[in-house]
Amino acid sequence: MPLLMPVVLAGLLFSIGVYGVLARRNAILVLMSVELMLNAVNINLVAFDVWLRDELLAGQVFTLFVITIAAAEVGLGLAIVLLVFRQRETSSLDQLTELHEPDPEADAATDAAPEPVQERAS
Amino acid sequence: MTLVEALFGLLGVVALGSGLLVVTTRQLVHAALWLVVCLGAIAGCYLLLSAELVAWVQVLIYVGAVVVLLLFGLMLTRAPIGVSADLDAPPMQRVAAAVVALGLAGIVVVSSVDGFRGERIELSSDDVGGSSAAAGEAVFRSWVLPFEVLSVLLLAALVGAIVLSRREIGTEDRTGSRTALPPRDGDGR
Amino acid sequence: MTAVYVALGAPFVAAVVGLLGGRTWPRLVVPVAVAGASVAFLAALVLAGRSVAGDLYESARLADVPTGGPPIGIDLRVDGLAALVSVAVGAVALAVQVYSIGYLKGDPRYSSYAALVSLFTAAMLLVVFADDLMVLLVGWEVMGVCSYFLIGHHWEQEGSRASAVKALVVTRLGDVGFLFGIFLLATTVGSFSIGQVLGFDRWPEHTATIATLLLLCGVVGKSAQFPLHTWLPDAMAGPTPISALIHAATMVAAGIYLVARLFDVFLLAPATLAVMAVIACITMLGGALAALGQDDIKRVLAYSTVSQLAYMLAALSVGSAVAAEFHLLTHAAFKALLFLAAGSVIHAVGTNLMPDMGGLRRLMPVTFATMTVGLLALAGVPPFAGFFSKEAVLGAAEETAVHHEGPAYAWTGWLVLVVGLVTVAVTAAYVARLWLMTFFDRTRSPVAAHESSPVMRWPLVLLAVPTVLLGLVGLRDEWLPDWAAATVLTVGGADTLSAEQEGVAQETLHIAPLTSALSVALAVVGATAVWLAWRRAPASDPTAELRQRRALEHAFFVDDLYDRAFVQPVRLATRAVGWADDEVVGEAVRDTGRGTSRLSEWVSRAQGSTVQAYLTGLLAGVLLLVAGVVTFAS
Repeated sequence: MPLLMPVVLAGLLFSIGVYGVLARRNAILVLMSVELMLNAVNINLVAFDVWLRDELLAGQVFTLFVITIAAAEVGLGLAIVLLVFRQRETSSLDQLTELHEPDPEADAATDAAPEPVQERAS
Repeated sequence: MTLVEALFGLLGVVALGSGLLVVTTRQLVHAALWLVVCLGAIAGCYLLLSAELVAWVQVLIYVGAVVVLLLFGLMLTRAPIGVSADLDAPPMQRVAAAVVALGLAGIVVVSSVDGFRGERIELSSDDVGGSSAAAGEAVFRSWVLPFEVLSVLLLAALVGAIVLSRREIGTEDRTGSRTALPPRDGDGR
Repeated sequence: MTAVYVALGAPFVAAVVGLLGGRTWPRLVVPVAVAGASVAFLAALVLAGRSVAGDLYESARLADVPTGGPPIGIDLRVDGLAALVSVAVGAVALAVQVYSIGYLKGDPRYSSYAALVSLFTAAMLLVVFADDLMVLLVGWEVMGVCSYFLIGHHWEQEGSRASAVKALVVTRLGDVGFLFGIFLLATTVGSFSIGQVLGFDRWPEHTATIATLLLLCGVVGKSAQFPLHTWLPDAMAGPTPISALIHAATMVAAGIYLVARLFDVFLLAPATLAVMAVIACITMLGGALAALGQDDIKRVLAYSTVSQLAYMLAALSVGSAVAAEFHLLTHAAFKALLFLAAGSVIHAVGTNLMPDMGGLRRLMPVTFATMTVGLLALAGVPPFAGFFSKEAVLGAAEETAVHHEGPAYAWTGWLVLVVGLVTVAVTAAYVARLWLMTFFDRTRSPVAAHESSPVMRWPLVLLAVPTVLLGLVGLRDEWLPDWAAATVLTVGGADTLSAEQEGVAQETLHIAPLTSALSVALAVVGATAVWLAWRRAPASDPTAELRQRRALEHAFFVDDLYDRAFVQPVRLATRAVGWADDEVVGEAVRDTGRGTSRLSEWVSRAQGSTVQAYLTGLLAGVLLLVAGVVTFAS
């Protein structure tokens, strides 16, 4: 088959994954999108491996490795999401704004945002 | 257009369509299920490309383990069942993301087409390079060292996941504040 | 030359000692100052004696100053002219120093005052004895600076400060042209030495005219002629002895002295002489008319000075340096006398204004007598000195007008003659007015006036002597020219004038009988007119009924014109500049700060609050880079 078919498929799938990472609010949806991206990479690897008829089967072996690593990554990622969820009662990425400069208007919004941990404790 | 090509095209469309649905659907659990479809279609693609071991490993691990993990995560974080409106980022952000994604797609497709126009993958049924035997041989002969390192990495990930999600036994309160991550700044503790 | 060094050195040393040690040893101030002036006076007398006895000419070079262009030499010279003028300077300086002991008794700044007067004396003598244009300029400018300090002696009063600044600025304005004139002379001749300038005979066309016109700017400024005369009446805000020294006898005469000194160059430029004549006539008559309308006794004398200086300038413009020198000497004597006497009157009565004086004839007899002598000399009444010198001026004018002798155009002679005669009448009028209003009728002043202390009286008496006797010098036409010879040094050393000069200067005094009779008659007419007006209302101003009184009092509003034409626009410009600096430049600076803040606010908004936003930006950037690479690198 034309090499372009899997390559273009991989490219499009990767872009869809990028959109998902950037546009979804829920942390778990972001993780799903990351899986899409990884799969796109895998398709690419396999396609090129078959096209080149690699003796070492490097592409396919790499794909196996990527699948393994992706699984490990999802496990750890979910652990972190669970931790954050336990602390903040939310899995929405919008609420995680520590990197942002203090903003006068936004500070009011984020202060009003649920910080149930502290408030209910006191 | 051989059969293989036609099937590959079909499966590719399925993968793309379900992938799109994963990133745009408003129902959280549906997204996970569409992800299953997508991953399955990709496994089919692998098969068509004569990468057998990869295809089955994909099904086993991705569809079987990863998606289950994701569903567990959804459950534990109390994902809303049914249509929920706030799954997507604000419109401005979505537009920017779309632009970036489209740009990326454009660049990748254009440069790929430009580079690999006319190349063909020769698939032959007698010399199946990706058979399980061949792949297993490659892994345990040429790639055994990275394989071992990968096992260590898995061990590290396992330990890390346990450490991260551990709760202290007996000294917890309802909010689980005595977790490994330090409390948020400014709360006076 | 020793006498010259002594005459220069003594007041200079006195000034330095006074400035440095005046506060530490206040008892030394008066002796040091008076000693400095006395020594200078005596040295000048020695020089004058030598000049009268025979031909006096000496010069000395103290140092060489090589420049990139014409070399400067620290040169000094003395001849008859310098000797006689230095006597006048020394005499008036000594009189002023002694007089000030009484006048400024108890003044807290007396030490600096006396030291500055000594410094001024030294500077004026430097101008007199200079043989190099740059040395002369140094003395010229130091005099200006001393004048500034001394006018502003009572600097707590705003009037003093303003007058001092005005004097400095207006004379400096003239000094700009003066400086360029000096440069032009030096570059043409190839040296700053006055001797070489006078002996130069290869003048290019028009250079002499342009150079002398430029020098005339400085003369007009320093000697307070139209149009730079406005500073002198306002300089009366300074103490009266200063007015006597600086603004009557010496500094203002420096301009006249300069023209006399460089007269050979001026003779080459009849156009400049014509301009001089016109300026002199305008100033002569204008000053006299303005003096008629003043209420302040010192302002009357100030305008009178302006008018009399114009006489000297007029004499120079018709080609007679000797007549100008003669009038310079007599004017120094009687004007200093008049100012010091006016100072006595002011000191006694406590006010400058004549309407508040009166009847002082009996209360201050010595002052009355000496002032009368001075006023008669000013009016040009024989046999007082002023008569002879003024007749010398008018006679020189008549020579040029009628006999076409001399380098100037004939019409300048007529102009000077006619205007001079009219001015004699006006002069007599204002003299009479001053005399009558101050000394006659009953006392209008509330203060009990009495005669001044001896230390203030004796200088008056001493100055009255030359006022009376100096005129006798004019009895023989050749006496003064011989004694006051301004020697020209040519390359051959001979005392000749270059053959290229257009016409020879008038070498002797001419006192024409017809003109003299006419001028005396006019003086009588003027005085009588005022006396008649006064008799009708003795307690009031004789000129009160003149319709043009206001114009006279404001000196034809020249000062107001300058104020509106120059001062106000400059003040407006300074306000505009200040406004621009604050509003435009300052605002720009502030706006830069504000703009940066706003820009940073805007940019910070671009930093989204979520990690996804950061990532989006990051990826977009990467995409752009990749696109660039893909497009351009293939």
